[in-house]
Amino acid sequence: MYKKMYLLRFTKDNIDQPLICDLVKKYNLDFNILRADIFMQQDGVMILELSGPRKNVQAGLKYLKKYEVKVETMATVIKRDDEKCFQCGACTGRCSTGALSIKRPEMAVIFDPEKCTGCGLCVPVCPVQAMHISLDKSVRLDYQRIKYNEPAKEEVTVTEIN
Amino acid sequence: MNKHKINKTYAEINARIKAGEAVVVTAEEMTKIVRREGRVKAAARVDVVTTGTFSPMCSSGMFFNFGQTTPTIKAAEVWLNNVSSYAGLAAVDAYIGATEPCGDDPLNKVYPGSCRYGGGHVIEDLLNGKKVFLKATAYGTDCYPNHLLEKEITLDDLSSALLCNPRNCYQNYNCAINLSDKTIHTYMGTIKSQGRSANYCSAGELSPLLNDPLYKTIGLGTRIFLGGGIGYVTWQGTQHNPGGARAKNGTPLTPAGTLMVQGDLKQMEPGWLKGVSIQGYGCSLAVGLGIPIPVLNEEMAGYTGVSDAELFTQIIDYAYDYSNRISRNYGEVSYAELKSGSIEVNGRQVPTAPLSSVVKAREIAETLKEWIMKGDFFLQEPVQLLPDGQE
Repeated sequence: MYKKMYLLRFTKDNIDQPLICDLVKKYNLDFNILRADIFMQQDGVMILELSGPRKNVQAGLKYLKKYEVKVETMATVIKRDDEKCFQCGACTGRCSTGALSIKRPEMAVIFDPEKCTGCGLCVPVCPVQAMHISLDKSVRLDYQRIKYNEPAKEEVTVTEIN
Repeated sequence: MNKHKINKTYAEINARIKAGEAVVVTAEEMTKIVRREGRVKAAARVDVVTTGTFSPMCSSGMFFNFGQTTPTIKAAEVWLNNVSSYAGLAAVDAYIGATEPCGDDPLNKVYPGSCRYGGGHVIEDLLNGKKVFLKATAYGTDCYPNHLLEKEITLDDLSSALLCNPRNCYQNYNCAINLSDKTIHTYMGTIKSQGRSANYCSAGELSPLLNDPLYKTIGLGTRIFLGGGIGYVTWQGTQHNPGGARAKNGTPLTPAGTLMVQGDLKQMEPGWLKGVSIQGYGCSLAVGLGIPIPVLNEEMAGYTGVSDAELFTQIIDYAYDYSNRISRNYGEVSYAELKSGSIEVNGRQVPTAPLSSVVKAREIAETLKEWIMKGDFFLQEPVQLLPDGQE
């Protein structure tokens, strides 16, 4: 059983497709939508937990990409600036998924992006603004980057999922 | 005549440091040594115990002198990066406080305010070598005719930059809960409603004043680790309150002693002073501070051997009781319990979150230990001890 959190970026053109429904019907995947900013005629963002046999998850993601949905793992969009973070632990009181936790007995503050659902509660409670989430960049912006020959944002490819 | 079996002087310990023979351990290590060997043997073997703490300490700031202009100026109002500084001193002297917010910060007009930049951040920027915009206005006198000064400065441009913190290093602090129906944003962080979370702020067994609970070695003139450099204890801190309830081991059960500390910012290190933003409350400065404690006798070995399980604080409601100054607590908890991640309040398990970095506190204690072992840092006997509240 494979389980992972993904950030999906939809465009105006694919946002009206019942793609998540297809993940269930065609690939027998379980999903859990943790956040969705989906409006017709607009670029949209969805945070989704997918689970199922690894092969099916890979195939499902490939299917999404066919429809030009940009797929990123949460780990690539949530970052902790370890230079700024002084490991106080204030964030651990807000994080409900255990992505930010304390390793005992060292009392080290650990960030595990794999457990992060992108709720963003840690961002304002961090006293040194060490937590960064970039959910708002749409695929369209990335197209513009490509046009101006700027390096595109790190994107997970289907083969990287393991 | 002497009541102790082991007796050492500062001079003896410093001689051992100079000879490279001093035995220096951190407060965490000392806890284990005293448990294993007992106080007398520990006192015979260990010369110095190093402590550390790294957390927001609001009563902090910096005196600075920015040098004269041509023509001369007697600054009446001064800003660094639009953070107002107190200028009611001589012509080009001022003091910037850690909690002073940036002039155009909306504060809590949009609640809870994020308070992104303030005096603490200015101090951190200067320490990190960044340029800071200085503005001073003046009314003009015959001897100081200039009305306006505007320029970019760095720490190197300041003729003097003295970190001067009137209250740091609190000896113990409350564990904060919120018994109201809404989330509250306090200087103790964001606390969930209905007692569903608890925040605390102390390095526990690593904390300087919890290792010398009755201020037998920490006093005026004590040389310390401050902001990655050297600093000194220059007075008891404001609100120093040694007279409260104490456990049998001498440690206070409530916030008690405090220290006023000073040090030249120019010899401090980036990373050990951090401007902080506390949502809905304001700005502050996280200060890295460590104090070496000489093990003069077995009594000091006992004090420095204290463990988290023997250090206690009170659970206080910050929604109503704290702001209305109601003296009431919802139980007493040890730092071992607080650090375990969960405490019991009114029969219910409540998750805890720290605001004080144990990782950094340990790093400070280790750094201080290294300095002393290398012979770079010597102990300074206080010229006067702090009021200890004991009859």
